[in-house]
Amino acid sequence: MSLIESKYLIRSLTFLLISLLSQSIFAEKIIMVRSKLAFPEAMTALQISILKHGYQISRVQRVDIGLTKSNFKTDKYRVVFFGKQKELEVISKVTPSMVAYLPLKMAIFAEGEQTLLVTVHPDQFADMFPNPKLKKYFKRWQQDIRSIFATVVNSQ
Amino acid sequence: MKKYFNRDPASNTLQYEMARIIVLTFFASLIVLGLVIDSVFAVNKNGDTLYQNHCSACHGERGSGGVGIPLALKSFQDKVSNDYLFKTIRFGRPGRVMPAFDQLSDTQINAIVKTIRKFSTSKAIKYSNKTIVGNIKLGKILFKNNCASCHGPNGSGGKGTGVTFSRPRNSAIVAPALTNIGFLKSASDQLIKQTTLFGRKGTPMPAFSKKLKINEIDALIAYIRSFEKYKGTIKKVGSKTAQDAIIKVKSNYSLKETVKNIKRAVQGANFKLIRVQYLNQGIVKKGTENKKQVIIYFCNFLQLNTALAIDPRVGLFLPCRLTVVEQANKVYIIGINPLRLSSLFNNEELDNVCAEMRKTYLSIIEEANL
Repeated sequence: MSLIESKYLIRSLTFLLISLLSQSIFAEKIIMVRSKLAFPEAMTALQISILKHGYQISRVQRVDIGLTKSNFKTDKYRVVFFGKQKELEVISKVTPSMVAYLPLKMAIFAEGEQTLLVTVHPDQFADMFPNPKLKKYFKRWQQDIRSIFATVVNSQ
Repeated sequence: MKKYFNRDPASNTLQYEMARIIVLTFFASLIVLGLVIDSVFAVNKNGDTLYQNHCSACHGERGSGGVGIPLALKSFQDKVSNDYLFKTIRFGRPGRVMPAFDQLSDTQINAIVKTIRKFSTSKAIKYSNKTIVGNIKLGKILFKNNCASCHGPNGSGGKGTGVTFSRPRNSAIVAPALTNIGFLKSASDQLIKQTTLFGRKGTPMPAFSKKLKINEIDALIAYIRSFEKYKGTIKKVGSKTAQDAIIKVKSNYSLKETVKNIKRAVQGANFKLIRVQYLNQGIVKKGTENKKQVIIYFCNFLQLNTALAIDPRVGLFLPCRLTVVEQANKVYIIGINPLRLSSLFNNEELDNVCAEMRKTYLSIIEEANL
């Protein structure tokens, strides 16, 4: 094969590869999943999964309790705060302003017999705080959040 | 190899050319085969997978609805075309919860449409693109008398989204915003006419076939279509990302005094103080917390309830908080910028609430720093 023909072949293969890969490349702003579990079971599965991924749960904000006490009707709604000691220490030093978004959090709320889980896509933090030293955290958070959510979604 | 290659140089060149063509054809066939296999198998498989990944959280695994509309509803499936579904996915509803999926290819969107069609046995209807001509002035009067109570006086739609906070569970949908450019780009005149004539069974949308004459319905369609010229083109979602991620102000006081001042300012602004804690509290061993990073959580439940009705996902903002940190003997008050977070939600109504919230944060900080 001539050099020109090889180039065409390589281009075709590259195009094919890019076409296949592009299916999974998109800019998400929020990660949101639906679990078939009822709220209490989904909440338990979420907390167990967060801990299994090496994070500590800082606290759980019971949004629904506050609303109900103020006479508003609401379904179950909680916000779970979680983080890792080392990460908090490093980020506090590298980009002190980012503490406003830490610890990380996930909102979990009931929708009928099912449960929705939602969190900010960590790529958004990369836009907000473009410090190369933080990239590895954002990447891992994304993997961990997807894995944590997948565990809840796949829980029976 | 000798027997395949003649000693005659001219013949050798010909055989070499043939061999080269065979090799190239083989590789080209492999590529085409790969693409065909990918498009046949992956598309079918991906329709379901793509739906699960992009749509099911809001619309339900089988289109039962929730945050999003119930796509499985028979009267919806009966009256919407594949073209409408395709364009709705492509353009979304700018300023409402439904995002524009501009990152998906046409093939992927068509695959999702196929999956949505599986939720019902209804056959996809096709509409002509014929424009409906009607008396806009008459349409405006008819709209005010027949549609405005649900779709809003200017066609901007019902408030909020999602069954959890904004509407009771027995109400399948919030009346859509007819002025929304995503809707106007997706819905043909004929689709709007059919919906107006026959309504949507299972939703509050009634049939007007017996109440209005055809020329009156045409007038209504012409009026609804006239919204298009006021709304302009589709805005790029996330236009507020230029906003700073945080609000940061240097405090004039010590860390302890700043925390005390914020607590007072929060209550003065009609917020309930929920909790004061160290940033790493609960994450590190008790007693080893960093006492130079303090979070003050607060909430106004009326505002919270309003925000949740607009978009149930706003838990990501909750509760309101300011963080006080001491760095190099200087004290700073840091808060998230609600307008920056709001840009993630594709919700104009929420943007307005967040603009107010930003003002509130600034006013609390100012009060605490006096």
